[in-house]
Amino acid sequence: MNKVQVSTSINGEEVEFLCEPQQTLLEVLRETLDKTGTKEGCSTGDCGACSVLLDDRLVCSCLVLGVEAQGSEISTIEGMAGSEGLHPIQQKFLEHAALQCGICTPGLIVATKALLDKNPNPDEETIRYWLAGNLCRCTGYDKIVRAVQDAAKELAHPA
Amino acid sequence: MAKVVIPDHLLTLTGGEREVEVAAKNFRELLIALEARWPDSTVVLGKCAAAIDGQIYQDAFLEGLNPDSEVFFMQRIEGG
Amino acid sequence: MAEAVDYKVIGTSPVRPDGVDKVTGRAQYGADMNLPNMIYGKVLRSPHAHARIKSVDLSKALAMPGVYAAVSGADFPQAQHGEIGGEGGGDVADLAKNIMARDKVLYHGHAVAAVAARSVQLAEAALEAIDVSYEPLPPVLDLDAAMAVDATLLDENCFTKNLPEKPDKPSNIAAVMQLARGDVEAGFADADVIVEGEYRIPMAHQGYIEPHACTASVNEGGQATVWCCTQGHFEFRAMASKVLNMNIADLKFIASEIGGGFGGKTVLYLEPLAILLSQKSHRPVKMTMTREEVFRATGPTSGTHCKVKVGAKKDGTLTAATAWLAYEAGAFAGAPMGPGAMSIFAPYRLDNFHIEALDVLVNKPKVAAYRAPGAPQSMHAMECALDDLARELGMDPIDLRMKNAAEEGTQAPYGPKFPAIGFKACLEAAKQHPHYTRPIPEGAGRGVAAGFWFNVGMQSSAEVHINENGTVTVVEGNPDIGGSRASMCLMAAETLGVTYEQVRTLIGDTESTGFSNVTGGSRTTFATGMAVVQACEDIIAQCKARAAATWGVDEDQVEWEDGQAVPAPGVNADVKPLSLADIAANAARTGGPLLGRASLNAQGAGASFAVNIADVKVDRDTGKVDVLSYTAIQDAGKAIHPAYVEGQMQGGAAQGIGWALNEEYIFNTDGVMENAGFLDYRIPVASDLPMIDTQIIEVPNPSHPYGVRGVGETPIVAPLAVIANAVRAATGLRINDLPFSPPRVLEALDNA
Repeated sequence: MNKVQVSTSINGEEVEFLCEPQQTLLEVLRETLDKTGTKEGCSTGDCGACSVLLDDRLVCSCLVLGVEAQGSEISTIEGMAGSEGLHPIQQKFLEHAALQCGICTPGLIVATKALLDKNPNPDEETIRYWLAGNLCRCTGYDKIVRAVQDAAKELAHPA
Repeated sequence: MAKVVIPDHLLTLTGGEREVEVAAKNFRELLIALEARWPDSTVVLGKCAAAIDGQIYQDAFLEGLNPDSEVFFMQRIEGG
Repeated sequence: MAEAVDYKVIGTSPVRPDGVDKVTGRAQYGADMNLPNMIYGKVLRSPHAHARIKSVDLSKALAMPGVYAAVSGADFPQAQHGEIGGEGGGDVADLAKNIMARDKVLYHGHAVAAVAARSVQLAEAALEAIDVSYEPLPPVLDLDAAMAVDATLLDENCFTKNLPEKPDKPSNIAAVMQLARGDVEAGFADADVIVEGEYRIPMAHQGYIEPHACTASVNEGGQATVWCCTQGHFEFRAMASKVLNMNIADLKFIASEIGGGFGGKTVLYLEPLAILLSQKSHRPVKMTMTREEVFRATGPTSGTHCKVKVGAKKDGTLTAATAWLAYEAGAFAGAPMGPGAMSIFAPYRLDNFHIEALDVLVNKPKVAAYRAPGAPQSMHAMECALDDLARELGMDPIDLRMKNAAEEGTQAPYGPKFPAIGFKACLEAAKQHPHYTRPIPEGAGRGVAAGFWFNVGMQSSAEVHINENGTVTVVEGNPDIGGSRASMCLMAAETLGVTYEQVRTLIGDTESTGFSNVTGGSRTTFATGMAVVQACEDIIAQCKARAAATWGVDEDQVEWEDGQAVPAPGVNADVKPLSLADIAANAARTGGPLLGRASLNAQGAGASFAVNIADVKVDRDTGKVDVLSYTAIQDAGKAIHPAYVEGQMQGGAAQGIGWALNEEYIFNTDGVMENAGFLDYRIPVASDLPMIDTQIIEVPNPSHPYGVRGVGETPIVAPLAVIANAVRAATGLRINDLPFSPPRVLEALDNA
């Protein structure tokens, strides 16, 4: 099958890749570009483990074709921490023990960033409904919600 | 003499005997004594867990016994 | 209760050492291993729930360009009967036939063949080129059909085990077991009140978010390296060696990070296929399951049919109880009926009881362990019946349980007398908990129930290395599924008297550390923790010897205090204490590097009890049940890392709530699962749940140096009945069958 050349930006870096027309963005990220921080849990858009930001919109990368990334800006978990160290959301997930096995964590952190970018002060219900697309089987979500609440506070008033 | 209790589902091995008293200083000797009594029992009993005086041992082979110890054979526990 | 002990680091909740890698996407899980020259394996699965395989023809698939290997049942060594060993047990031949069908397929999704090709897409295309000829057989899809006199047999060689007489005819009932004590008839005759109930629960899946995945690379000398997500790479290695008839020494298993397991990743599925395909293709082969494959061909736990009858005096004293517990095994024997039977009455003093349990073959996937395997189903029955009993007696449900609660010295239904246990402490805490003492919200109902699990010990190994600067590296062999590295670091730091930050724990592969059983059975913090503590004690003994040599005194004149060697009281030596760093710096002169070791078969795991409370509201128009508040109270023995103990309690509660409210395998009449995806098999999402309050009770387990009982499994046991009892309170209706999905609840409301 003929491969398509795609030019895009991932975590602020220009990236070009070749992909087959039916390949998903998730597959391209993980298998072609070795960005395995984005996880695969279902490939049907139900679990959110593969959450990335596509032009600042939260998407399941398993529901986006690689070719659709042409000309767009993609943010993945690998771009969250910077030269300053961990992003406050990452730090708060650690401090609140908001991960057990950790497979859903990259997706949840990306989804949380998308939430707090839009709504810096969400209440518990808003957090729970926003994160309803990100399945976690280990924690029962309690510590995740608390980590998000604390991260919101931290981002509003950095310590 | 240690008191030994066999669970119901293994009574076929013992001809229906549920409780016996056995003189044994440790679990290894106990198994040998039970083999002498019920020749068909040792393979199955050797694979069982055993509770000795309330403490459950998945592999009791080396455990010591007191003269008044109570030994319950039971199915091994698995877990998630 | 034992005196509280003041620990320096145990009981704190520091950030886990593997945490940064897990929040940045660096951590490598099962599907994250990519190797040069790697190709991709996929599995062809049966379209029938029950059929004889007449032939499998791989030739067209093998002829496709870019397809490098294909295998079917004929490529495996003959499946030999024998003990699997390890934590879960079972028969090797069954395991082998579940991994790849031989003469028969026994469930929809059963593996029939596998291919390896240049890409996943090409491998999937190659599967379509495989010709399999089947002779379909009638599927046996539920317990009643399986146990019927004239039932179609899954296995003509299956004769019911443990019957008084060896049966002369085969049956789908693989095994039965009984537990009995006292005189049940007399006990019921003594009762003032008797309640009975009959409860059905369908199969449910562990639902870990990471699908099974592995990469295998076999070299031309026949040595295989396998990277995989597993709860126990040593047990996987042993199973693979038996299924493939390979030498254990030629198999190296490396556990990746693991994205959840809950018992479901104690079982081998893909790894032998990847090894065979790599052998044939001379390339590394990566295999990952889709979510659909995970649902159709791995895991679930048993669907059950339980009957229970309980009698009590007016004052609540239990006089007798009986239980009949039928468990679906799936396609091969091995349902958790034993632990289900042993746990059902475990929290209570009972002089007269009779329990019968059955392990029943059906044409559904072979069940795997799921958190406290067998107990949630059986205890759901008992805890619902006790709730009904409390109502009939006009008693508070916690008071009824307290009246009959097992304590130290009570003879457990499975035989022995309990050592120190925390059930009464949990009940007392529940009675006084603000959740229980505050008014029930308008229109809501409150439920309580108890949970129990045995916990296990088993084999573990650990090494402790003291680095040149006195920092500590712990090496052990249990995949870290929920923060166990942090717990090991805490126990090592406490024992050695150093800070948490000075200790790191790594999980060794099968060639770099000693054997350990699976991360399962709530055993890791207990058993592997015990090995780590003993290895640290080995280090302390060596440090004392080296300090003695340094000071020119006898070894018994040195003590270890707060992380340093000091002269024993009364020893007249003008010396400065030697810290771990001091001794490490001088190690070359005193005998070389410091390495402590321990290997053990940990005995004396402590039973863990729980009491949970929930408030629910039922929408009478839609039948939807909302959990308004939830509290889990559990005896942890000692919480090494309390935040992760709370996490186990909260996560187990969430899984139990999901099982109670929504989760179920739905099969059509052909035995095809109709909801094999997360959209239709609906596990709880964040908006389904409230905050889950926790209270950790600490009644130390005398068999563990720090009192650990193990906490992973008990949390899932109580929630099923808690929700059922809360719905009973909210609606006045006892709905016997799970899950309480809106249609079922609505139907019950409409029929009332």
